[in-house]
Amino acid sequence: MALFATGSQTVGPYLHIGLDWLVTRNIARPGVPGERITVQGRLLDGDGAPVDDGLIEIWQANARGKYNHPEDTQKKPLDKRFRGFGRIPTDSRGVFRFTTIKPGSVPGPDGRPQAPHLVVTVFMRGLLKQLATRMYFPDEKANTRDPLLALVPAGRRPTLIARRKGRSLLEWNVVLQGKGETVFFDF
Amino acid sequence: MTGPVFGWDDVKPGDNDLTAQHKGDPIGERIIVSGRVLDENSRPVPNTLVEIWQANAAGRYPHKADQHDAPVDPNFSGAGRTLTDAEGRYRFITIRPGEYPWRNHYNAWRPAHIHFSVFGQAFLTRLVTQMYFPGDPLLPYDPMFTCIADENMRGRLISAFDWETTIPEQALGYRFDIVLRGREATPMER
Repeated sequence: MALFATGSQTVGPYLHIGLDWLVTRNIARPGVPGERITVQGRLLDGDGAPVDDGLIEIWQANARGKYNHPEDTQKKPLDKRFRGFGRIPTDSRGVFRFTTIKPGSVPGPDGRPQAPHLVVTVFMRGLLKQLATRMYFPDEKANTRDPLLALVPAGRRPTLIARRKGRSLLEWNVVLQGKGETVFFDF
Repeated sequence: MTGPVFGWDDVKPGDNDLTAQHKGDPIGERIIVSGRVLDENSRPVPNTLVEIWQANAAGRYPHKADQHDAPVDPNFSGAGRTLTDAEGRYRFITIRPGEYPWRNHYNAWRPAHIHFSVFGQAFLTRLVTQMYFPGDPLLPYDPMFTCIADENMRGRLISAFDWETTIPEQALGYRFDIVLRGREATPMER
């Protein structure tokens, strides 16, 4: 029998009471192989004002492009120390910051390779349902062949690609609406 | 599409009992909230993380942004988590949350509710929702509840009194099943 999916409701203003126990700012523990990066950005609303009580979640593959999940059956090495999940609250200035390793390329649903990326969801009061987007990496040739980036008008693709601010520091802002609005995906 | 996997290294067995997190018992009516996490094909979603948070019996959250003139309960933090079992079942022991005013509009009161966060098997099946209580007279006045246009869909956010899980002399049982959406959906630009 087919069931109807339960409706989504806002996290409300008190999400941190229930969710902060799992805050993970360091997604890759020391020793996990891969190019170590720090990502810093701001969560901004339509007026450019910081969202100071939001939360983002990250899901990513390891440096070889394998997800730590039983259904990822690719013949690639799995590092049990690397879950690939991050949960990061924004601070009073709307800033989120986390460290991780750059993931490898993973195949998309049709088997075509995708450029390295982080899957990102955004939670905040007022949103009926979380927003979903992706963060891609700068100076990455594979971006030009990524099937999902190809769906996005060229002028808006930069909202999905982090900017390099230092050797291992990337900047990536999430803009909820208005000028420079981040591309969000329906799912 | 896949998503993070959590286990009993992350969650402790007692983390589902919100009445046993402090020295004393929290004030309020003890309740059991249980149910199953299923997918749209009625298959159980096993070993998935379920997180909840809620106000205390007086309708107050232990949060600096909550200035409602109602007492904080030193014996109640209002957060819990657990993993579903092989059949997708979860169970929480908590107290019935109070209604509270929220200044959204004149005389605005939230009906009693518990916030739920569920992961499921894939990152995009992730669901955050709110569970309500049967017969709550505030439901028709609550824009959070009524913003779901479909009446049947709204109804599925209301738990059911459950005599089977009610414990004699101890706690009323409420049942709340959660259905996660399909996981095969391809992302599309909004």
